[in-house]
Amino acid sequence: MKIVVLMKEVPDTYGERKLNLETGLAERSDSEAVLDEIGERALELALSLAGSLDSPEITVVSMTPESATTTLRKALAMGADKLVHIADEKLVGADLGLTAEVLAAAIRRTGFDLVIAGNLSTDGQGGVIPAMLAELLGVPHASSLTSVEVSAERVHGTRETDGGIMEVAAALPAVISITERFPAGRFPNFKGIMAAKKKPVEKLTAADLEVDPEALDVPRSIMLAVSERPARSAGMKIVDEGDAGEKLAEFLIQNRLA
Amino acid sequence: MTTFPEDSILVLLETTPSGTPARSAAGLLGAAAEVGTPVALIVAGPDGAADTAAAAGDLGAAYVLTAQPESVSSLLAVPTVDALAAAAGLVRPDAILISNSVDGRDAAGRFAARTRFALAVDAVGVGRDPEGIVAHHSVYGGAYSVDCAPTFGAPVITLREGAVDSRAEARTPQIESLDVPSSGIAAASIESFEARTVTSTRPELRGAVKVVAGGRGLTSQEQFALVDQLADVLGAAVGASRAAVDAGWVPNNYQIGQTGISVSPQLYVAIGVSGAIQHRAGMQTAKTIVAINKDPDAPIFEIADFGVVGDLFQVVPQLINSLSARKE
Repeated sequence: MKIVVLMKEVPDTYGERKLNLETGLAERSDSEAVLDEIGERALELALSLAGSLDSPEITVVSMTPESATTTLRKALAMGADKLVHIADEKLVGADLGLTAEVLAAAIRRTGFDLVIAGNLSTDGQGGVIPAMLAELLGVPHASSLTSVEVSAERVHGTRETDGGIMEVAAALPAVISITERFPAGRFPNFKGIMAAKKKPVEKLTAADLEVDPEALDVPRSIMLAVSERPARSAGMKIVDEGDAGEKLAEFLIQNRLA
Repeated sequence: MTTFPEDSILVLLETTPSGTPARSAAGLLGAAAEVGTPVALIVAGPDGAADTAAAAGDLGAAYVLTAQPESVSSLLAVPTVDALAAAAGLVRPDAILISNSVDGRDAAGRFAARTRFALAVDAVGVGRDPEGIVAHHSVYGGAYSVDCAPTFGAPVITLREGAVDSRAEARTPQIESLDVPSSGIAAASIESFEARTVTSTRPELRGAVKVVAGGRGLTSQEQFALVDQLADVLGAAVGASRAAVDAGWVPNNYQIGQTGISVSPQLYVAIGVSGAIQHRAGMQTAKTIVAINKDPDAPIFEIADFGVVGDLFQVVPQLINSLSARKE
């Protein structure tokens, strides 16, 4: 069973995240980069499934700048068998359509029975890549799963939407996305870190995948303007002297908020 | 055969299990009416399609296409995408607007990948410039505003629920039924569905006009009831910080912040919430922020319009009493 896990490097949400006001791109140098937590949960799921599957092979596929190799190695240390790292200057600032094309090509090249992704990244928060991949790969897709069972031929899971809860199933190969309900990724141990050094890392460019990032015949989403919103300033702050609740009620009523 | 206006905006309307337009519908049609002529697509079973179409007209749809693709209730996303593809081919819209919900994102992702239309997600508004439709985004928890547009062609835009306040005028829509050829693309099957039962009369967090959120300062699940009480007095939705969710006092879907729900209400009341950067990312676009916290240095005060440094177990009950007294 070949499992592909999608992971990416994101700015740490525990720090301040910045956009470059000229390029509109994330200022990667300004914030510490980490593996996206939801991707770690996806890998954790793959690792926990591996025990019950026939000759499991877990490949992490990531499209992220060259500099992310160190961050991505953590995935190998956690237990993934192999890393496919697509790093290409021409893919900097890629829109969703191009990102999906590149990832789909890399997944097809790697071969897959099951693709596991997080439902939403913490930076872009797009939440559409898994569905786009399923369409491009021509396979079923089950999104926002809160539980997953996998057999040799099928994936079954519980899917939570705004409207309710459904049980869904799909024949493999398939793409699934999971929510934060899944357990956090394990910490790599010393043995894992040592083993990771010997695991294969394949570096690919868009050209290797026969995707042309500069093709003009496909519409791309481009940024027209980016601006920083003025920081919010603090308003009135009072220390409770026994009547703060009443004062607050007064404030809400005066502002027609109560 | 109907000719659709040049400036048509195709809107995929979500419906509730009972067949009425979902809450996201008014904002989608409101946004569409700002930049063109709203054409609503309703993908549902045959029951009550006419009523739903009329309801879509009340929300501003000038045209309504009703589609009943095969297997719409037994297959995930693909039948809806087949209907979208048929509708887009017929209408040739300037843009396609879809709710940024779980189902909406699935449909938008598959549809954009299939048609190769440019995709913009989680927009907070739309505009029109001489080149076409522009999506407005609020990025990194509202710290940045970003405008996006496609290099050419119609964009597919998912719209954040509750972000668009404008509402379109009611119309009597022209209703047409849409023939949907099946693409035959493999889809996951839906084995069972249980609609979320609304157990409270409180507004839902997403898109709520007022929100009261509780954090670590509440100290226990029992004490979290204070948040519920204040919310009921204000007619507000209830949310929580990650600390309160992790402590198990409230379910996951209460979580406001970077990993959770983003809200932009008129009023946000933070009770015992310190205001960590991840929490702020999910609420700092609120119009008015009120915070109650015993720590005078809590970061939430940096963005609060009205901050109270004090014991929430004293201040909140007094606030509730004071508000209830004035209501009588």
